[in-house]
Amino acid sequence: MTDQRWPAALAEARLHVVSGKGGTGKTTLAAALALALAAGGRRTLLVEVEGRQGIAQVFDTPPLPYAEQRIAVAPDGGEVRGLSVDAEAALLEYLEMFYNLGLAGRTLRRMGAIEFATTLAPGLRDVLLTGKVKECVGRTVGDGRGGRGRVPLYDAVVLDAPPTGRVVKFLDVTKAMGTLARTGPIHSQSEGVVELLHSGRTAVHLVTQLEDLPVQETLDTVDEIHEAGLPTGAVLVNRVRPSRLPATALTGAATGAGPGTAGLRSGLEAAGLFLKDEEVDGLIAETVEHAERVQVEAAVRSRLDAAGLPQLELPELAEGVDLGGIYELAELLREQGVR
Amino acid sequence: MASRTTRAGRPEHLDLDALLADRATKVLVCCGSGGVGKTTTAAALALRAAEQGRRVVVLTIDPARRLAQSLGLEELDNEPRTVPGALARGAGSRSGGELQAMMLDMRRTFDEMVAGHTTPDRAQAIFDNPFYQTISTSFSGTQEYMAMEKLGQLSATGAWDLIVVDTPPSRSALDFLDAPQRLSSFLDGRMIRLLSAPARAGGNAFRKLVGSTFNLFAKAVSTILGGQMLADASAFVQAFDTLFGGFQERANATYQLLRAPGTSFVVVAAPEPDALREASYFVERLSAENMPLAGLVLNRTHPVHATLSGARAREGAETLEASQSDRLELPYRRAPSDASSPGSELAAAVLRLHADRVESAERERRVLGRFTRAHPAVPIIDVPAMSTDVHDLDGLREIGRRLAA
Repeated sequence: MTDQRWPAALAEARLHVVSGKGGTGKTTLAAALALALAAGGRRTLLVEVEGRQGIAQVFDTPPLPYAEQRIAVAPDGGEVRGLSVDAEAALLEYLEMFYNLGLAGRTLRRMGAIEFATTLAPGLRDVLLTGKVKECVGRTVGDGRGGRGRVPLYDAVVLDAPPTGRVVKFLDVTKAMGTLARTGPIHSQSEGVVELLHSGRTAVHLVTQLEDLPVQETLDTVDEIHEAGLPTGAVLVNRVRPSRLPATALTGAATGAGPGTAGLRSGLEAAGLFLKDEEVDGLIAETVEHAERVQVEAAVRSRLDAAGLPQLELPELAEGVDLGGIYELAELLREQGVR
Repeated sequence: MASRTTRAGRPEHLDLDALLADRATKVLVCCGSGGVGKTTTAAALALRAAEQGRRVVVLTIDPARRLAQSLGLEELDNEPRTVPGALARGAGSRSGGELQAMMLDMRRTFDEMVAGHTTPDRAQAIFDNPFYQTISTSFSGTQEYMAMEKLGQLSATGAWDLIVVDTPPSRSALDFLDAPQRLSSFLDGRMIRLLSAPARAGGNAFRKLVGSTFNLFAKAVSTILGGQMLADASAFVQAFDTLFGGFQERANATYQLLRAPGTSFVVVAAPEPDALREASYFVERLSAENMPLAGLVLNRTHPVHATLSGARAREGAETLEASQSDRLELPYRRAPSDASSPGSELAAAVLRLHADRVESAERERRVLGRFTRAHPAVPIIDVPAMSTDVHDLDGLREIGRRLAA
């Protein structure tokens, strides 16, 4: 049986691109997703491309070098590796591969030559970064049976992508290639990247919160993703807080009628709480704010529903997000069908 | 506010009204990481200052659509426009105030800068160069550079007595300070000259030092980028050459403006670890650059409105819920009369809510505690979250009141 929150098509994806408005918890949920997908003894790779060292912060490890290394172990034996891709290092890697620069590569980097080349054509930077991601998705190892069979090294690759404002431009490698030479090694690699990104092996997920601006950006980005012909994944609704109020009290509170002071006071007294007027007023003020927020959430949620994408929900963690929180979020993703 | 008291002591209160009222405050820069409410804060401060009688212009970078509309910024024309409705209804508005707003058009600002420094023919040659298109729209420091350039222009006109600046939504707050320098050093850089005219730029010693490696590299780069790209870059650099001096001078002048008396920085952060970590870096950086920090705006906090402890609230809710479920399961048994009052379900919900709220206020206080221990001298103002979105002048006025509380 498939859970519609994580349809079978998403379970097939090998590359999970995670974007979202800044501040919504994009990196946190990319990390939780990599951990959730590693369950059951699988191996996943979590990649960042903006040099922020966000992965190291989330997993509380020293800054990641330009090399894949283990950053977390899933509860039942799976493994998450992390990689911070850097466009300049990726370019050097290419040059090494095709031109055998040897030590000279480092000299070039010191001179600023590499930065120059990646800056001169902004498309090049994106092509290099996505190219490295594609290489990771496609890398294989022996199947461990001693024969010639090979299996993918990573069961899934999760990309902590640029935020919603930039992500489609970043993934639209076809456009970026327009600024580059029509032939040569990077060009042919890019064709493979385009093929991967526009196939069912990729899913672009968007992280949001139930607030006006993040939801609006999510909807705008969904349109952009469709226009660019990229495959959409799920919407990850982050920091969902429970609605504590009974439905009847909710509308009353939100429309300014207040939750009914007399009834509330007698209820509080039944709980053994005999409070001063200003305390009761304070509780009412908190309740009204909550009710207003729940109404805003309901309104933006219906706009989000109209996008028709699968949705997963993650709660606001009372203790904030630390390493334990990532494991908790990963488990919640598993419970909602992520595999 | 009681919710901010920490064991490390109470940080000083940031008095933004005093800052806005001080005629010596000429430039106010709002900075912080993305998504913390910088633009809204800048707009609310500008509106408040104008309604207190100052002639204000606010430079926004990339406002959300509805906020832009509320400021009358439907058209992007790179010039300040009077904000309709500002000053009209502000309670206690003093005469003489004025509010204008503009949204930065990075490409246009760059074009104007080029046009202002060279002949029309040369300017046109630069505009037509594809490499200029890249630099003026996609280079990662351009937006920051142009924000600084625009600030310099606004300041030079002397038309306003307060300029409030929103900073670009960089991934890190520090980019705002570094990017202009990065762009000018890139444009002025040795590499670009070397590739465009190696013989002229490098000199013999340099060429010998790098030797054939460089030729190999140039070949590799042109394989990747195509020969035309290098030719365009070369033409661009030659056309741009005469402008460098002027650009550098302007960038330096604006940088000096940021350190001049009359400029104040307000760091905006949300009560989240990442945003406060960025705020921390920024505070350290400002201090290293001798740039004057007014204080920290801690945006979207959730202070408690009642002093009842979280534990007692939870306990009370449990008592009420237990007696409710008793009644449901055992309808024949008469519940204790006081616990069956019609308000008990509501009271239980209200108590749960309060307990949640105490918990999140405590978390926010712990997160802020890390910042204040590192920077005990930075004045702070909490701005409690609004439960609905801000997209009109009344909303901005309310934010302004909270900023000045």
